This record gives sequence, C-alpha cells and structure tokens, in this order.
Amino acid sequence: MNTQQAETALAEELRRIAPDVDVAGIDRDGDLREEFDIDSMDFLNLVTALNKRLGIPIPEPDYSRFDTYGGAVAYLIEKAP
Amino acid sequence: MGEFRMPSLGADMEAGKLVEWLVKPGTPIKRGDIIAVVETQKGAIEIEVFEDGMFERPLVELGAKVPVGSPLALITGKGEAAVAQAPPPAPEPKPAPAVEAVAPPAPVAALAVPAAVPPVAAGERVRVSPAARKLAAETGLVLSEIVGTGPSGEITLADVETRAAEAPAGPPATSAPAAAAPAEGTMSGMRAAIAAAMARSKREIPHYYLAHTVDLSAAEAFVTKHNEGREPTDRLLLGALFVKAVSRAAKKYHEFNGHFVEGEFKPSAAVHVGMAVNIRATGLVAPAIHDSDALELDPLMASMRDLITRVRAGRFRASELSDGTITVSSLGERGVDALYGIIYPPQVAIVGFGTPAWRAWAADGMVGPRRVVSMTLAGDHRVSDGHRGALFLKAIEDLLSKPETL
Repeated sequence: MNTQQAETALAEELRRIAPDVDVAGIDRDGDLREEFDIDSMDFLNLVTALNKRLGIPIPEPDYSRFDTYGGAVAYLIEKAP
Repeated sequence: MGEFRMPSLGADMEAGKLVEWLVKPGTPIKRGDIIAVVETQKGAIEIEVFEDGMFERPLVELGAKVPVGSPLALITGKGEAAVAQAPPPAPEPKPAPAVEAVAPPAPVAALAVPAAVPPVAAGERVRVSPAARKLAAETGLVLSEIVGTGPSGEITLADVETRAAEAPAGPPATSAPAAAAPAEGTMSGMRAAIAAAMARSKREIPHYYLAHTVDLSAAEAFVTKHNEGREPTDRLLLGALFVKAVSRAAKKYHEFNGHFVEGEFKPSAAVHVGMAVNIRATGLVAPAIHDSDALELDPLMASMRDLITRVRAGRFRASELSDGTITVSSLGERGVDALYGIIYPPQVAIVGFGTPAWRAWAADGMVGPRRVVSMTLAGDHRVSDGHRGALFLKAIEDLLSKPETL
C-alpha cells in the first residue's frame, strides 16, 4: 500500500465518523481524536472499519500509533499485508 | 378491523413521511412491535404498534407524506371491536423521562394517542396557572393542546414544560408561514428540549452531589486481557463496565432507580440505564439500554454500539427515549477529571464518570502510579440521602474492582 492509498482509506473512514471535519484542514501532527472530536466508540468504529477494509488487525497495544493523523498513515503503510 | 395511524411526534408535526414497513401483510404483530419507520424533521423514528393483531395491509405508498392521525395501515385485531377503538387516552401523561431531556422525537405518551386529540373541547374553559400561560406564550404552544395535570385539571408550569420538551421546534405548525424559517436566535429543537428538561430538573429536584475516586487497575487489566487477540468488532470498551457496574448497583439500591411521578417515587423493578450520547454539533440524548443489569458484558457492549450508531445516524425508537430508569454519563478518554450531572426528570439519579487518568496513588503502604477515575452521583434528595448515595457509589466501586464478576 502506498501513501496515497493509506491516506485515502483513513480520510474516507474518518469522514464517515466525522463528516463535519475537513480532513484537509486538520493538523496532521495534532492529537487525532481531538482534531476529529471522536470518542472511544468512534475510535473503535474507526479501527473496526480500517480492519475490515485493509485487513490489518490493529491490536490495542498499537492504538498509540493513531495518536496523530500522520502517525496513523505511517502505521497503515507499515502494517499493510 | 383497526387502523394504524400516523402518530403525532410532537405538537409541531403536521405530517410524516412513511419510509419503511418493517412487517409484511399477513404478519402477526403484538403490542410494542416496531412496524414502520417514519421520517420527520427530527430524523427517522421507528414506530411501535399499540395493539395485538395481524398486519392486514398498508393503506399508503412508501414515500407518501401522511398527515398526523391519518390511517397508514389496516390491522386485524384479536377482538375486532377492541382494535377499532383508539388506544385509551394516555392514562397518566407519562412524564416521558429521557425524552424530555433529549428528545426531538416524541415520547410514548404522544404515541399512545395517535390522533393527538385536543383534550379540551373548544369553548370549554381551561384553567391555566399564570406561569404556565406565560411560558406557553413564550414558546408558542397552544394551551388547548396541553393536558393539565393540576389538582382540578388545570395546566401547570410543568405541563407546559413537558409539552415544550415534546415539541421543541418552536412555534406549532398551525401558526404556519411564520414557522417555516426559525427566527435568528431560536434554539434548535434538541437544544430547546434539553433546556426545558434541565431547567425543570434544577427547579424541581433538590440535587445532592457525591464524588469518589476509583482505582481502575483491575477494570482496565480486564478489558486489555479480554480484547487481546480479538477482532475489533468483539472488543470491549471500559464504558461497558461502567454501565454494567452502575446497573448492578442500581438493582440493589432501588432508591436510585425509577421515576419520581405525581409527588412520589416509583422504584423500577427493571434497570434500564440511559446512556448519555453526544451527537456531533447537535446536542445530547440519553436513550436506554433495556435490562442492562442482566446483559453479559459482550452483548451489553454490542447493544451500546448498536444504540450509539443508530442514535448518531438519527434513528432510534420512541421507547428507548422514554424508558431510562437512571442515567450514566461518561466523558470518555479525551475529557477532564470529573462530570457533575443534572438528573433527567423524572429519573432520580445520574452517575458521572470523568476521564481516567494516571495519578500517584497510595495502596498497601506504597505510593505508585495508578489509573483512576472520578465517579460522581447526583441524587434526588426527595428520594434518597447522601448516606445511601455513598453506599451506592461504593457498591459501584466494588463491582469495578472485581470486573470478572460483572
């Protein structure tokens, strides 16, 4: 998976959860959950959606890799099958 | 042969759009079944039927805009006569609990009287308290459409507030053209509903507050272990343990579980935790999870997930908005230390959880880092005292310290 594909997957799934937030306008190094105002249930839904879409298990110990948008993209590229 | 009619989902509703039948012709149905989905200005609401019988056939096409009180379908009853009658006029205007707090969609009481017949005939004199008259004028409510619950049937301030909460979207539709565009500064429907319920709560309910800090080590370790190697769809959130622990404790400490109606507390045998759910850019609702004390953690988590998903998509059942017996409000992972709730009338307690945090904690003669959460109780002093409230919070703490027993 290249950067573009990872970006697209993450942006689309985040848009589903937070349609009111413009992905282009967020701070890629800011706190992802605060940038998108998502709670624990939203985050679990995001992980579930990315897991289904990309086949990456995303175990709980890896949640911290999603602390920022940029970090999440890097994680998805690294773990893609 | 009975008619299933378009229910009134608030005084400002003139018509609703039928978007889905959930039963086929010839299907037996029983009271409480959800048989249709109706779209209103406030979202899609699932509509329950109030009689047993058989779904005979629809009378209108999908997509049709149907006036309130007009027939939607024919229902064959067990006893024909019984079915043809309108449901009994809401016996006691059930002061729909969470609904008021939250509810664009209408409470069960409104549903039970589909045709929304004005309770007072034209010309008959309506007795109205001055405060009620003032509020009705301010909120644009028509007094003749409000059921009075005062000692002699007069309309009280609380009646108007209840009605305002049911019909939050400003002026009633009957005052037509002006209602089309909300004036600047007009509150949104949900915000107005929250305002009415919370103002009533703070005016009527003598709240007392207790706070307690709870060590979450055991609960978090339990969740981590449970989730290890599981697909994301099967994972638990700490919030499910909070809901379960409160439910179990509320079952035992019954003075925190139920409704305060008509001057007295009516404890509920069942525990239906209302879960405060934030809706992006809109407000807050607290729909109930039925029998939350009896659900195992996995099905409870699934129910919470389902409910939150539906609520955020603007689709939930009228009964879910009215059945809560106690509320749990949790700030989740990205919040502040503590939350002091306001009770949703007619409930009598709300338990708040702040954001879990690392703190220096002394235990067994040692100081070390522990994950802790601040837990609060707002209780109704008409029903319980701080002494019992403290025992109630300690019971929740005890359950959270033994998560394997939840």
